Amino acid sequence: MTKQQANWSPYDNNGGSCVAIAGADYCVIAADTRMSTGYSILTRDYSKICQLADKCVMASSGFQADVKALQKVLASRHLIYQHQHNKQMSCPAMGQLLSNTLYYKRFFPYYSFNVLGGLDNEGKGCVFTYDAVGSYERVGYSSQGSGSTLIMPFLDNQLKSPSPLLLPAVDAVTPLSESEAVDLVKTVFASCHRERHIHFVVVMLWSGTVDFVNDTCKELTKENSHGDKVEIVIVNADGIHREFMDLRKD
Amino acid sequence: MFRNQYDTDVTTWSPAGRLFQVEYAMEAVKQGSAAIGLRSMTHVVLACVNKANSELSSHQKKIFKVDDHIGVAIAGLTADGRVLSKYMRSECINYSFTYDSPLPVGRLVVQLADKAQVCTQRSWKRPYGVGLLAAGLDESGAHLYYNCPSGNYFEYQAFAIGSRSQAAKTYLERRFETFVNASREDLIKDALIAIRETLQGERLKSSICTVAVVGGGEPFHILDPETIQHLIDAFEIVGDEDPPANEQGAAAAADAEEGATAEQGATAGEGGDGAADEGAAPMDI
Repeated sequence: MTKQQANWSPYDNNGGSCVAIAGADYCVIAADTRMSTGYSILTRDYSKICQLADKCVMASSGFQADVKALQKVLASRHLIYQHQHNKQMSCPAMGQLLSNTLYYKRFFPYYSFNVLGGLDNEGKGCVFTYDAVGSYERVGYSSQGSGSTLIMPFLDNQLKSPSPLLLPAVDAVTPLSESEAVDLVKTVFASCHRERHIHFVVVMLWSGTVDFVNDTCKELTKENSHGDKVEIVIVNADGIHREFMDLRKD
Repeated sequence: MFRNQYDTDVTTWSPAGRLFQVEYAMEAVKQGSAAIGLRSMTHVVLACVNKANSELSSHQKKIFKVDDHIGVAIAGLTADGRVLSKYMRSECINYSFTYDSPLPVGRLVVQLADKAQVCTQRSWKRPYGVGLLAAGLDESGAHLYYNCPSGNYFEYQAFAIGSRSQAAKTYLERRFETFVNASREDLIKDALIAIRETLQGERLKSSICTVAVVGGGEPFHILDPETIQHLIDAFEIVGDEDPPANEQGAAAAADAEEGATAEQGATAGEGGDGAADEGAAPMDI
């Protein structure tokens, strides 16, 4: 007679990935628009990106109900901040607030894997990356979510981030231009959607084109919690700009 | 006001059935500098006189943004007003969070009135010494309410509170019937003229008054001094715009529309979303 175990979980994983890349005077934040559960797709058109402040955008993957609750809490706290300080929250301030909000639920966490992107007080691009309980770090680029294990090494390869162990601390913001960064993000999502198998990643890089990736993919296992469209948000001095790119729907 | 033996406590009735402490609190409102509100079908305008204590100090803040669709002007103990504004802001945020929609103005003023009433029935409290003109938009249109320290509230087409407000009220009573369909600009002009009435001879300048607008798609915000000065110049150059003495005898009926049930007109006034608006000018007021 085996012991009865709990068979209900308060969490679910709705899949998807997020990426953010910081530039000298811009920040690109992107996430796919698929919401899934298990092997099923719930919707192809769900935004994981939320604008928290004037120059601050958050992308979150994981359990979207928790993500939604987190976004609401941050939005309310931002309103209170505006009432008290008569100005918008800066991205670093929001970064700290997000960390505190996540740790507040340390013992029943928000199942939310976040990247925060925007412009800091000097107008330079900044990206903050988080775990589910609020540990965070300012970086030059990051990815979270189901595709992050595939995306992160690719970004490391492309953006040549210096070691964080180097002293003096080196600014990890990419020297890429805004359009180059957007193209990189598009490539990243197009490729990541297609494969699961690590070897395929190597092949894709070597051959260098997205078409090759699409053609060869059919025989390979697919990372299916990731797809449909990529929503790309660009934050710069002119404000916030949004665009979409189609992905395969299977 | 003469001293009475029944006015020490807010929880002591007088033999005539009055609570003197509450009446004294209403007196505090009358001593504050003037605040005026008027509304049309689609817009509500608040205006107030901003007198600084001395040339060295800054002006008292008398108009507060409560949410994108609601703002208040206060008269009386401004510190009490500030605290009540904070409460109203908090209520709006909580409502937005729970219901994902803006708090209807009528609901907010009831909560405010209930809060004020509590202070008239506790021996360890005192009534709030501030009158609030709450202006806002919701699904049922544009609204203007007046909240008393007594815990009463009334809905108005136009109203004025504070010192020398009677002069403004007289002007508003003459003109209130034109407000319903007035344009945004005319409404603001009427507000400025009403403010001028309370100044009694002193020259109206944008440095001594504050004007705020909500409605017709624009969130509640305070107008900048340059805009106000242009409007002042526009109507003062033309000369006195006051229509000839056309006193409506119905002074009593003119202003007051009592109670929460007074629903004003159609759904013409569409309120801005109460949810967090990340516009360029946040709570800068």
